[in-house]
Amino acid sequence: MTKQKKLIAMILAGGQGSRLYCLTRSLAKPAVPFGGKYRIIDFPLSNCVNSGIDTVGVLTQYQPLILNEYIGNGQPWDLDRMGGGVFVLPPYQTSAGSDWYSGSANAVYQNMNFIDRYNPDYVLILGGDNIYKQDYSKMLEYHIEKNADVTIDVLEVPREEASRFGIMNTNADGSVYEFEEKPAEPKSLLASMGNYLFKTDVLRKFLTDDAKNPDSVNDFGKNIIPSLLENGKRLFAYTFDGYWKDVGTIDSLWEANMDLLDPSVPLDLTDSDWKIYARNPGRPPQYIGKNAFVQNSIVSEGVEVDGEVDFSVLFPGVTVEEGAKVLDSIIMPGTVVKSGAVVQYAIVAENCVVGAGAVVGQRPENMPDIENWGVSVVADGVYVGAGAFVPAKAMIEADIPDTAPDANGEGGAQL
Amino acid sequence: MKNTLGIIFSDMHDHMVSELTQHRCMGSVPVGGRYRLIDFVLSSMANAGAEEAGVITKTNYLSLMDHLGTGREWDLSRKRGGLVILPPFGSLSSMGMYQNRVEALAGVMGYIRSTSAEYVLGADCDYVYNPDFADFIASHIKSGAEISVMYKKMEVSGEKGGDVSTFLLGQGSNVVDMLIHPKIVGEQNVYLNVFVMSKRFLERVAGDCYSRNRMSFNRDILQANVGKHDIHAYEFTGYAGRFDSMRGYYKTNMDLLGTDARRSLFPQSRPVYTKIRDTAPVRYGLDAKISNSLLGDGCIIEGEVEDCVLFRGVKVEKGAKLKGCIVMQGTQIGAGSNLEHVITDKDVTIAENRKVAGFSTYPVYISKGASV
Repeated sequence: MTKQKKLIAMILAGGQGSRLYCLTRSLAKPAVPFGGKYRIIDFPLSNCVNSGIDTVGVLTQYQPLILNEYIGNGQPWDLDRMGGGVFVLPPYQTSAGSDWYSGSANAVYQNMNFIDRYNPDYVLILGGDNIYKQDYSKMLEYHIEKNADVTIDVLEVPREEASRFGIMNTNADGSVYEFEEKPAEPKSLLASMGNYLFKTDVLRKFLTDDAKNPDSVNDFGKNIIPSLLENGKRLFAYTFDGYWKDVGTIDSLWEANMDLLDPSVPLDLTDSDWKIYARNPGRPPQYIGKNAFVQNSIVSEGVEVDGEVDFSVLFPGVTVEEGAKVLDSIIMPGTVVKSGAVVQYAIVAENCVVGAGAVVGQRPENMPDIENWGVSVVADGVYVGAGAFVPAKAMIEADIPDTAPDANGEGGAQL
Repeated sequence: MKNTLGIIFSDMHDHMVSELTQHRCMGSVPVGGRYRLIDFVLSSMANAGAEEAGVITKTNYLSLMDHLGTGREWDLSRKRGGLVILPPFGSLSSMGMYQNRVEALAGVMGYIRSTSAEYVLGADCDYVYNPDFADFIASHIKSGAEISVMYKKMEVSGEKGGDVSTFLLGQGSNVVDMLIHPKIVGEQNVYLNVFVMSKRFLERVAGDCYSRNRMSFNRDILQANVGKHDIHAYEFTGYAGRFDSMRGYYKTNMDLLGTDARRSLFPQSRPVYTKIRDTAPVRYGLDAKISNSLLGDGCIIEGEVEDCVLFRGVKVEKGAKLKGCIVMQGTQIGAGSNLEHVITDKDVTIAENRKVAGFSTYPVYISKGASV
């Protein structure tokens, strides 16, 4: 028998993140590297710990190996606790059969026994793919004060973007009277952040009912929230006013990384009172060489730079050789950019090699036709041959052979 | 090193860098942007598969304890064995405040005896290096010698205060003579203050010496046994930087800016572990200018930095210029300040537009928490 908890959290980390394409070919979206030393899941996990939540279930399904290994016993987040801690919860087999998680609500439903073990008063359901710092204990205070059945984290978004989100229409007291998924004509600007705080018995009842409904797709946004509203439950919107970014697409992942370089963006990773914890790779300090030029960038441990780095994020163990340029790009752990190579407006995943003189990505100002411009992406472990050219918006999943230098001794044949 | 106990003497050379050891013992002197000196020897032990390690310490060990914690970062937080910190063990007959290694060993003999190890590998904290202890122990066992010592061919200057011992070697690798503080100059086989012997042998010779009031490990255990027992010398050929003076401290940190020293210290197969501080990566600002420097995490660089070692969480404001400096954790360099060949200890504040300069062979030291 474990001690009863007031609040536990369940992080939805099962999604494939198909809009990140080849970046998630071998890992789940929450395990995608972010911000120079983190993985996306470090944000909700650290928020939990910093908010005083000591029991967290991480619901995984798609490519869980790296995420499993990364979370491990939870020690980096101080979540190796007696009578609690962090638990990775994949789908499992029971005497009645086994099922994959058919949706976010179903994933939690299949783990009701986990929740029951701790018998908490409240359960916080968190998305596993957003970058933000939030004190959930304030959300809980609000939830209790309003005597809400469910409190939904919302964020005020610009009017032109509101139709991309699930919008909560609220009364003056913050109670929700209507939920609209991606409305063409939004009535309010309060977008759901995908975080829901439930009274445990309400969660149990609605998940159980939902599981019996053959027409349901078992999704919190699509099924559970509308059903709660239909049944006259007390739903409240809790307005979060800090930095928040969904990093579910290549563009938003690139932008969120770039936001860290902008001192005016209110996401402070150096705040010692609200640290974002991560599993540490244990690399030597970074070395910036004699020929290096580094500005406007975030550079992590184990990096060696002897080339030019500007407006970029370099993860642990990245090497940028002499004469190489990394501009407006994100280079994930262990990747080597060889001398004379140029990486610009690109995301290069883990353990790649960008060969000498290769060019990855194009600058928007140099595009003959801006419509076709976009961030270039190189998947993990890919070898981009010497002298190769990777155009804007390309997605490289297979090795590119070296290009023989032409008569002038210069590489650069087109892909 | 599965059957070998590691014993680390954390403070045998504190007097050599007395400024840095005012608030800490030698083992916790910061080095190389993110490490403490003890990280190197302890990581080498962990990488060699050590399952038990004891750290002998006497005074000023708060920062050492804070750094080592339970030993988890070195994978030495174990139920069986693991890392043990051995502060002075006072009793009616002794205060436990050892003056030398023999006394220190006598004080912890109970612990040494209680371990299941067959061999004991002892090491001081005075070198920055990354030796392969597994190979050292294998070589000791193969040699059949009673004692093995690790040495490196290095230049010695004959200066006082360097705590240097050297070996003369016979055919093969046996020690035929040992000189303590020799007044000789030139390349010598310098003892790296690392030894290995069987636990039984150590118990016997240390007990013998202690009961006869012979308290010098080097003189009474090593030197006295030359010719009496086989002493096998093992050559270390990698990089070794020594904190034998503030100059040595400065030089060693600067050595780490060189590729060869870094490759030797940080091979992929033998990482150097240290306490995790969960600081953000380094952020370089708009006008940052940086070259030939080593930086720990959490620094914010907006000024100019050249030939420097910056520890975690250092802030260099706009227009500040640093050249040839060692800047320890949490130091702030104000806008427009100009520092050359300066060592700042932890949490120093340099206000705006200050100028401080030393010389490469005589760096200026600014003590912990000071404001300029």
